[in-house]
Amino acid sequence: MNDMIIPDLVERELKVVGTRPLRPDGMDKVTGRAKFGADMHVPNMLIGRVLRSPHAHARIKSIDASKARALKGVKAVITADALCDLPSEFVPAGEMMVNFRDITRNVMARDKALYEGHAVAAVAATSDAVAAQALSLIEVDYEVLPHVIDVEKAMQPDAPLLHDDMYTIGADPKPEKPSNIAKRVEFGFGDLDAGFAKADVVVEREFTTKPVHQGYIEPHACLASVSEDGQAELWCTTQGQFIVRAFCAKLLGMEVSQLRVTASEIGGGFGGKTVVYLEPLALALSREACQPVKMVMSRTEVFQASGPTSGAKLWIKVGATKDGTVTAADALLKYQAGAFQGSPVQPGAMCAFAPYELENVRVIGFDVVVNRPKVAAYRAPGGPIAEFAVESVMDEVALKINMDPVDFRLKNAAKEGTRAPYGPKLGPIGLVQTLQAARAHEHYAAPLKANQGRGVASGFWFNIGGETCASLNVGEDGSVAMVVGTPDIGGSRASLSMMAAEELGIPLEHVHPIIGDTSSLGFNFLTGGSRVTFSSGMAIVQAAREVIEILRDRAAKLWEVPMEEVEWVDGHARFTGSGEAKSLSLVELAKTAGKTGGPIIGNAAINATGAGPSLATHLVDVEVDPETGAVKILRYTAIQDAGKAVHPSYVEGQMQGGAVQGIGWALNEEYIYDDKGRLENPGFLDYRIPVCSDVPMIDTVIVEVPNPNHPYGVRGVGETPIVPPMGAIANAVSHATGVRFTDLPMSPPRVLDAIDSNQAT
Amino acid sequence: MTKHHVETTVNGNEVEFLCATEQTLLDVLRDELYLTGSKEGCSSGDCGACSVMLDGRLVCACLVLGVEAQGRKVETIEGMASGDTLHPLQQTFLEHAALQCGICTPGILVAAKALLERNADPSETEVRFWLAGNLCRCTGYDKIVRAVLDTAAQMRGATSKSGKAAKKAVTEGA
Repeated sequence: MNDMIIPDLVERELKVVGTRPLRPDGMDKVTGRAKFGADMHVPNMLIGRVLRSPHAHARIKSIDASKARALKGVKAVITADALCDLPSEFVPAGEMMVNFRDITRNVMARDKALYEGHAVAAVAATSDAVAAQALSLIEVDYEVLPHVIDVEKAMQPDAPLLHDDMYTIGADPKPEKPSNIAKRVEFGFGDLDAGFAKADVVVEREFTTKPVHQGYIEPHACLASVSEDGQAELWCTTQGQFIVRAFCAKLLGMEVSQLRVTASEIGGGFGGKTVVYLEPLALALSREACQPVKMVMSRTEVFQASGPTSGAKLWIKVGATKDGTVTAADALLKYQAGAFQGSPVQPGAMCAFAPYELENVRVIGFDVVVNRPKVAAYRAPGGPIAEFAVESVMDEVALKINMDPVDFRLKNAAKEGTRAPYGPKLGPIGLVQTLQAARAHEHYAAPLKANQGRGVASGFWFNIGGETCASLNVGEDGSVAMVVGTPDIGGSRASLSMMAAEELGIPLEHVHPIIGDTSSLGFNFLTGGSRVTFSSGMAIVQAAREVIEILRDRAAKLWEVPMEEVEWVDGHARFTGSGEAKSLSLVELAKTAGKTGGPIIGNAAINATGAGPSLATHLVDVEVDPETGAVKILRYTAIQDAGKAVHPSYVEGQMQGGAVQGIGWALNEEYIYDDKGRLENPGFLDYRIPVCSDVPMIDTVIVEVPNPNHPYGVRGVGETPIVPPMGAIANAVSHATGVRFTDLPMSPPRVLDAIDSNQAT
Repeated sequence: MTKHHVETTVNGNEVEFLCATEQTLLDVLRDELYLTGSKEGCSSGDCGACSVMLDGRLVCACLVLGVEAQGRKVETIEGMASGDTLHPLQQTFLEHAALQCGICTPGILVAAKALLERNADPSETEVRFWLAGNLCRCTGYDKIVRAVLDTAAQMRGATSKSGKAAKKAVTEGA
């Protein structure tokens, strides 16, 4: 395992990287052939269903499943007893840490149901109809308990307690009593009092955001098959087959190598498919029934029981001098974790002020449990929430000192060498370049009419590396089978095969990517943290260089010359010594592999480090209808540093998709609960994500400031695009109406109320 | 529970199946006929991932009962290409990178084809409102709308201004 790869930044002219070829998996996806989570059928298959709590908080006094078990066609019924109870133990998942004690309780309630939709039992039957009938026969005796869903109410000493053994981590002094506050974090440096004393202008505001769902169109789905001897196979839609294997093996008390997990095509994840829900249940049901079990969530279940991201209460205070220098920045972030600890408040706190170079900064964050579904990662988890509030305050500061918001950001922009609020000095980053591109863009000079406003916001996201394996198998005809262990969620087969083709110097059509199952490669961390093109790309490059070494060696043997006198250029071994020029192509060398030393393969097993943060600046123009409060997006421009755009179309796609998800978060999306803690809008009709007619074209500008730690300069690009939109849109709506908007979503009733109350005063 | 015997035509092929009263056309396509190209995203007609044509009319297969297919013609994504030749929309979607995860793609292609059959020269606004019933969470719709406009231009045999620009962007990098 290599902890660090010397990047050896490629400086030759690129032939494949940076172009826009068709994606290798495209044909399957435009013909309906691609197999997603729910698309698998096998003989003798049962259908599994989950019984869920109708209460937000209730003690489970007893569960009587005898009538369900007796129903004809029912082959298995399970409750929490079918899974291992596990001690508290933290493991990484995406950018967050998870706890096995909590995971086993989240997939199936023990003792208490902690949110509406919490699984309490599951059945497998010969048909969906029988399974549904069986659920109705399970009798659960609940003692309904007082619940709490508001983050600040949950922090009160007299709040209903979700976990009577939860003592705030990071609190000083250590608390004597349990509470709903799981953790306190703090970052920063400098002298805040001195900083604010120097300021000519101070802006201080409170903000709220609501939980929003990742909104992937494909519900969670899986098919599990456990044989009589305990060997198990699992097919599922996931961002990480190896993480699913790790979690399920733990929950079922299996060895990881007993369980082979195959990732189906994945119909969107955005962080929400980095954890397990149905998978351990399907395995447990299959183990009991000794038959394959398929489970698919309904859309209602997806909303009620899979992770949204946190709703939050935020407080921000920023001071600046008249010339536009920020002198101090302070923030307090309170994030809902859902029913179990683990909100993304820590990354949120770390990146809240990260686009700025600051001398005096502090961010305090609280992770708070409430009777809502446990949050899961959602694209740059924690970042968009904190940066929405920060970018709103920065906009107001710029306005108060009468400075252009782009110039204000340029004056304070983080750059190479800036000490990040969370500690380390930043490497080369492209924030300044995105701001310069914003100022130069024609969008920034477009005229605005009445009721229209323009907003600017920047955003930061870390990106990650992590454990990664990849293989390149050179076939006897010179074609190359590329195996990676990171599910392709939006075009990574394309970007990864492009890097393989570039390194090997062969046509892209000869590289054939597959996503390996858990038995075909060593451990891979999941598709998340914008890490795949960076990390799997790094592994592919290393594997390709290993292949090239073997090919040079084979050519040297055939020519009977020292290997040092053979170089690899444009897919050919070339003799560089004195004498007659000699050349052999990869195809020619592959054909003779059997005689020159055997199969030619390259493997890489790395722990990728040195992921480069990606920064972005977004511009948005809105028009607010003063009679209805409806906000229309008129123009949108997303500008981002990609490091290197391997396939620019898919980089643009990430930027456009993130911007539109952000538009939904800003204007419309929210979880609405009744007074009993029940979700009132668990469907796409009432939880309305942006549709095609809601948005304009999303213009994009890709900035390329290479990441020196990657052979092609790649940074991750997938998450940053959702960081700036909420701030940018809030600023635009505020400028259009003259009212500062601090609560998301800015839905028509809220906007109308704000306009009306402003006119009344 | 007695099942219904249904005879229908799917993608030009005569098929018959047995289905329960409450099974939707989508259930039948996916679970009885194994045509899993039509996707279930919501089962309430809100996401459009199960868009199919029923007697030439665009419908959500999750809102039609299986028994309603009796004696009618159903067209799904699996019937969109002819042999190894893609429908121009399928080809242009690939060229424009108008898909990311691909789960909404079959429904969007079926819906877009229905649009171009009734309106050969749609405006951007017409495309956006026609596709408003098909949710996509990955792309932000930009490349999808461009792909539909470009395909319409290609199919009209003339290259419109927006089509030209979009085509240029695709070929420039290649």
